[in-house]
Amino acid sequence: MSKPDPHAPPTIHSVNDQISSIVLTTRTPRGWYFGLAIGFVLLNVMLLSIGVLLLKGVGIWGINTPVGWGFAIVNFVWWIGIGHAGTLISAILLLFRQEWRTSINRFAEAMTLFAVACAGIFPLLHVGRPWYAYWLFPYPNTMDLWPQFRSPLLWDVFAVSTYATVSLMFWYVGLIPDLATLRDRTKSRFAQIAYGFLAMGWRGSARHWKRYQDAYLLLAGIATPLVVSVHTIVSFDFAVAQVPGWHATIFPPYFVAGAIFSGFAMVLTLAIPLRYAYNLHPFVTDKHLDNMAKVMLAAGLIVAYGYVFENFSAWYSNHTADLEMIENRLFGPYAWSFWSLMLCNILVPQLLWSRAVRKNPYMLFFISIVINIGMWLERFVIVVTSLHHDYLPSSWGMYYPTKWDWGLYIGTMGLFASLLFIFIRILPMISIFEMRELVHENHDNHETEAP
Amino acid sequence: MPQIFHPSMNTLSRVSIFGFLFIVAGAVGLAASLSRSPYATEAGVIRSQPVPFSHRHHVGDVGIDCRYCHQSVESEAFAGIPATSVCMDCHSQLWTESEMLAPVRNSYRTGKPLEWVRVHDVPDFAYFHHAIHIKKGVACETCHGRVDDMPLTWRESTLHMEWCLDCHRNPEKYVRPRDQVFTMGFERKEGMPTGEELVKLHQIESRTDCSTCHR
Repeated sequence: MSKPDPHAPPTIHSVNDQISSIVLTTRTPRGWYFGLAIGFVLLNVMLLSIGVLLLKGVGIWGINTPVGWGFAIVNFVWWIGIGHAGTLISAILLLFRQEWRTSINRFAEAMTLFAVACAGIFPLLHVGRPWYAYWLFPYPNTMDLWPQFRSPLLWDVFAVSTYATVSLMFWYVGLIPDLATLRDRTKSRFAQIAYGFLAMGWRGSARHWKRYQDAYLLLAGIATPLVVSVHTIVSFDFAVAQVPGWHATIFPPYFVAGAIFSGFAMVLTLAIPLRYAYNLHPFVTDKHLDNMAKVMLAAGLIVAYGYVFENFSAWYSNHTADLEMIENRLFGPYAWSFWSLMLCNILVPQLLWSRAVRKNPYMLFFISIVINIGMWLERFVIVVTSLHHDYLPSSWGMYYPTKWDWGLYIGTMGLFASLLFIFIRILPMISIFEMRELVHENHDNHETEAP
Repeated sequence: MPQIFHPSMNTLSRVSIFGFLFIVAGAVGLAASLSRSPYATEAGVIRSQPVPFSHRHHVGDVGIDCRYCHQSVESEAFAGIPATSVCMDCHSQLWTESEMLAPVRNSYRTGKPLEWVRVHDVPDFAYFHHAIHIKKGVACETCHGRVDDMPLTWRESTLHMEWCLDCHRNPEKYVRPRDQVFTMGFERKEGMPTGEELVKLHQIESRTDCSTCHR
């Protein structure tokens, strides 16, 4: 018997075997332990940072007057933005019948969930007394208090919690047929019960499939507006305020494009090493990477337009504070962050015009990392350079993040990595049944073409 | 292959999925009713004191005015707790041998004040001033209840913010003519001004912004 070629085009059986064996194997790859260990160490950095914060209060952060938002909001927006690619890939590309999405949607959705989990931590802690965070919800309380519905910060609460709920439902519903496959293939009694419980009695009857498809399409329909709405509302946190550098109508579309830009960059950052480590080349092909790179390039150009227009409208307004903001942003004490942002988000992504670059996973990986950094810098520029140089010169000041700011930020990456490694070990990271469907359809087409 | 789950799991899972809604609703309802119950608010719960002082006897039976003991209620934030000497005004003549009053005499002799347990303790983050409420026609009874009918003292109200705001939003429901502020068991009689008229007369401005109380 010859050894199967990992690069051969997949068949229905090989799809089942290859994807489910990653989960059902008894030999966990050593690299997985290594990755989880790093994630777990960083996760503990996060727990330590949160613990110290709860004991001592937000004073351990670098936030001050005038820069009251600092890293907490920068990181919140960064993580929320990363999540957007998952929803875009799952919902919008599903509705547009872009079949290439099938091999990346599962882990892109998982990435969304984990990114939202990381994002949620920041505003929760930034309120100062997280144990009162439930005051943000309108419920009949003994204080007769009602949240301020005119504040975008409250809209955020609803936008993000809706987003998290719908993403979780969408992800879980999509998993059900695969959970049933795992239930039927596993030998372990414990795994049978666990997967069986989660599969909710899925037997794969025609009626099940019909209901499943209705539910999945419906959820895709619900999730689609969320791709646009969540980051629009996040942008309102800034745009509704009067601060120069925030108060601009370009913000909603510019934030949504930025979210898709960073989200696809993160999907590539994860997909390229995973594909290499688990030999997923038959599923995540160069075509997939190429498509994602193209989406990234398009989103990047919209973001670049956003930068240009932001500066143009400030200049065109001829308002002293706006002009001062632009000059300070370009040549002030935080000029390094602005020019690095231009390098990361505008210059480097132009390499994606070249087909050779888009076909080269190493280059794509490098560019995606650069874009992740660039998108973080973008939020840093928006939050810090706008706040530290507000209307009132007497309260101008500087912002310096402390070790606890960095600890929490890097720590949430640990949370993200830990969740991701656990996910790829216990759940199929590529949708088995959708891949089989795809292989089946392609197989039929080939047979009719070549008799 | 044998079945993984017993057939009863079908019923169990259906019941738990639909039951989940009721469990969540029940938990929310429980939290809401607990936070308003005497268990959390201590409203209606008798506090034990060093001396079992009866407002019913002193106010209801004897007819002493509130201000005889709570002297600063018309001028200061704190209504005032009487010094032992105020008790001894009468009790140097009455019930001088009573066992129950031994701590009072002892306090008078040694000069060490009685340690009364505070019944109404407004949190430190809320500013409260008795005098302004008295001046605007908010009666003792409105907040403290029928003190003349309390054998031992308890707190009548929850002191929840919703309770404060109820009056601050609709003062006309509660205010009285100034000469009725210290009356217990007040009933509006013919010819007395209505709540709306009193609000105008006492120039009551309904203050509900945060900094009115959280200064």
